[in-house]
Amino acid sequence: MNLTLHVWRQAGPKDKGTLETYPAKDVSADMSFLEMLDEVNEGLIKSGKQAIVFDHDCREGICGMCSQVINGKPHGGQDRTTVCQLHMRSFKDGDEIFIEPWRARAFPVIKDLIVDRTALDTIMQAGGYVSCHTGGVPDGNAHPIGKPVADYAMDAAECIGCGACVAGCPNSSAMLFTSAKVAQLAVLPQGQHEAKARVKNMTDTLQAAGFGNCSNHLECEASCPKGISVKFIAKLNREYIKTIAG
Amino acid sequence: MILDGKTPTGPIEKTWDKHRFDMKLVNPSNKRKFKILVVGTGLAGGAAAASLGELGYNVEAFCYQDSSRRAHSIAAQGGINAAKNYPNDGDSIYRLFYDTIKGGDFRAREADVWRLSQVSNNIIDQCVAQGVPFARDYAGYLDNRSFGGAQVSRTFFARGQTGQQLLLGAYSALSRQVKAGTVTMNERTEMLDLVVVDGVAKGITCRDMITGEIKSFWGDAVILATGGYVNVFYLSTNAMGCSVTAAWKAAKKGAFMANPCYTQIHPTCIPQTGDHQSKLTLMSESLRNDGRCWVPKKKEDCDKAPGDVAEEDRDYYLERKYPSFGNLAPRDIASRAAKEQCDDERGVGPGKRGVYLDYATAIGRVGEHTIKERYGNLFEMYEKITDENAYKRPMRIYPAPHYAMGGLWVDYNLMSNVPGLFVLGEANFSVHGANRLGASALMQGLADGYFVIPYTIAGYLATVKPGVITDEHPAFKESKEQVQADIDKMLNIKGKKTVSELHRELGKVMWEDVGMARSEVSLKHALQRIPEIREEFWNNVNVSGTGTELNQQLENAGRLADFLEFGEILATDALHREESCGGHFRTEHQTDDGEATRDDENFAYVGAWEFKGNDKAPELHKEPLKFDNIHLAVRSYK
Ligand SMILES: Cc1cc2nc3c(=O)[nH]c(=O)nc-3n(C[C@H](O)[C@H](O)[C@H](O)COP(=O)(O)OP(=O)(O)OC[C@H]3O[C@@H](n4cnc5c(N)ncnc54)[C@H](O)[C@@H]3O)c2cc1C
Ligand code: SF4
Ligand code: FES
Repeated sequence: MNLTLHVWRQAGPKDKGTLETYPAKDVSADMSFLEMLDEVNEGLIKSGKQAIVFDHDCREGICGMCSQVINGKPHGGQDRTTVCQLHMRSFKDGDEIFIEPWRARAFPVIKDLIVDRTALDTIMQAGGYVSCHTGGVPDGNAHPIGKPVADYAMDAAECIGCGACVAGCPNSSAMLFTSAKVAQLAVLPQGQHEAKARVKNMTDTLQAAGFGNCSNHLECEASCPKGISVKFIAKLNREYIKTIAG
Repeated sequence: MILDGKTPTGPIEKTWDKHRFDMKLVNPSNKRKFKILVVGTGLAGGAAAASLGELGYNVEAFCYQDSSRRAHSIAAQGGINAAKNYPNDGDSIYRLFYDTIKGGDFRAREADVWRLSQVSNNIIDQCVAQGVPFARDYAGYLDNRSFGGAQVSRTFFARGQTGQQLLLGAYSALSRQVKAGTVTMNERTEMLDLVVVDGVAKGITCRDMITGEIKSFWGDAVILATGGYVNVFYLSTNAMGCSVTAAWKAAKKGAFMANPCYTQIHPTCIPQTGDHQSKLTLMSESLRNDGRCWVPKKKEDCDKAPGDVAEEDRDYYLERKYPSFGNLAPRDIASRAAKEQCDDERGVGPGKRGVYLDYATAIGRVGEHTIKERYGNLFEMYEKITDENAYKRPMRIYPAPHYAMGGLWVDYNLMSNVPGLFVLGEANFSVHGANRLGASALMQGLADGYFVIPYTIAGYLATVKPGVITDEHPAFKESKEQVQADIDKMLNIKGKKTVSELHRELGKVMWEDVGMARSEVSLKHALQRIPEIREEFWNNVNVSGTGTELNQQLENAGRLADFLEFGEILATDALHREESCGGHFRTEHQTDDGEATRDDENFAYVGAWEFKGNDKAPELHKEPLKFDNIHLAVRSYK
């Protein structure tokens, strides 16, 4: 199939950036979206132009590195799919495709489709961990954890930290991301002593980093390639209330 | 030169405890005076940086992604081994040790493998304590499954995302240290050279991947945990950024590259669809617990829909050839068997490079629900890529390059032959021998990072004075100039071929001539072709953009330049090794029924290569391997 791409090109953070148009010819339905872009890049290089830069690494939908807004939807808007796992068979001959970077105040554009997501790490550093030291911990079976609890923790832990929830949210909120980690650790017996401090520190950092507040648009859940549920935001809020209640 | 692995002597059960006791310690209040550079923050590097930071050392860590949470360890699906014997099926540290030595085809050091088995149990405890949500049974206890090459259930898992959860555990431990100020993270920073002063590793030179600035960092010790090199084959299961660059640059500064020809070809990957393909996707090996491999017995049936091939016309070749392990035969055996069926023109799917992995029997036995519970996300992933529903129609799989058993040579302390340079995880050659059993790479990465390096590095640091050599030393300037010169050279070629075109060419040679089965003829062909492609690279590559900006073409070009040198040493190693061993199969050395023939008389050693320049033959150094506890035996899975 033959497609027309409108791709966001921006030389650097200070550059204004524009959409440029490129044809993508003879695209096979078996290609992934990124493989299609690879081919377009080969053509650009050969014609003396600069290749489009975009973040990617595993190309298996798990590292969370890829990040593109396709036709207005983070990761292309296909249910539970990252850009690297989006396949060209979901497009048809003659389609026009708009490709843009994540847009959020806390994610400044570095170049073309690459944005800076350091703010997500900063939130993690504020408390997204259990303070155990290596070695000297009890046997893994010393605290049995019921299967439903382990499953709940795992559902939350599946977040790949891609930031699509932020890009999809009209307020650029990072609540879904933060809530996933808080919910995971909140239901496990480990690290209970610091549970209150964790929620408070992570939430404060989230605000300081320039992310907006959640006003229940649910766009985060719709954008999330891992199907992280908004029920974790409710859990985050409950955990937060506990910190206020003392 | 005979290399000394510094293995402790005495009864194997006591080696690690005794060694730990004998080693020197660094006084707690002196630890912060030492600066340790950790390159790579995957499982091995992330765990190391977090543990060393926790101990009070001053750690500076590096990765090329935008966050340490994205290291390639994140992609591991299947699980991690430990000898806990929770299922009460007869596991023990000794059995894990035995399986690993035998599984590696007797090409690993006994003491290192013993230590790995011994600390494996601590890893699970540590990860549970971090909040890693391992699978649990209804009673609340940790669940296990079995994996290729083992007859006990010793694999711990977190759905199909074990690597992800373990890495996030290490990443959270690391985040805690970053917050505490003991670790400084440098993301989007690629190491492009090792700085060696008077024969001792003292720092690294990196490129800031956003600004293009070339920067040096000094340290009292350097740890490389930069992962594996199988992207030398171009198509592999590894992430796009995985490279040999850091290890190879160290090799060019004197570190020996050990057993580079031991590469693992994983049996359960999704077959290639066309030339546009940029990587191959692994379907976890755990799938072979319930899936049955088969191909049609008759060539004519290969084009039929699988459901139309009658039961008696199917060849369940693994069950036929290896009755006691069946579909759980180790990776090298299962990969080779799949290739044999396809070479025999009984492959299925587009291009006929595929075999079926069939769940019909398992679904009949335990129901679709249970299969979904066990492998749901893998089936989803398969459907996304192939557009086929594996609950209804068998999956198609084919082998793909997956893991590097070879890597930089290290002694028992995980120190390379360059003092001060330590190598962890997939980047070193240590514990897997010639073939890695499933679920043991994660175990090794975390063992090295959490439970080995924190002890052994102290033994070294106790012998050096902290902070004596810093980036003021002229060696740092020299290294920066060299790195800059290489970059300028690549940018100025302005030739006709793109980096990917040349990488594909190299990959083709590596796969066809140095892949699953090699011969003297194919290897000699590779050794002639690799320098030609390298020559073409340096005269005809087209790298767009400049060096002073974010430039992915330049990053890829640099990585390819290193693969083009490293590939030659890999082929050289394969050519010299006149035996078939684990993941290395020389067609000249096989039994009548096609099984690998190992030659312990002449090849029971680690082959460590010293780089002497691109126009000179590398020099081989040997470390003889002794097997005092496990008798050298033919590895049979029949
Ligand atoms: C698809 C897949 C599935 C797997 N499944 C399993 C499994 O189920 N069980 C199992 O035991 N093993 C599995 N493995 C193997 C296992 O995941 C890896 O061997 C292991 O995670 C490697 O860890 P590592 O820390 O050594 O390297 P990596 O996780 O690859 O980390 C490398 C680090 O080095 C950094 N780096 C590399 N080069 C440079 C440079 N030049 N400069 C700066 N930084 C650099 C990277 O940024 C990264 O942080 C799997 C592997 C793959 C590919
Ligand atoms: S919650 Fe979903 S969208 Fe947000 S970072 Fe995690 S995986 Fe990405
Ligand atoms: S590239 Fe890793 S999730 Fe897309």
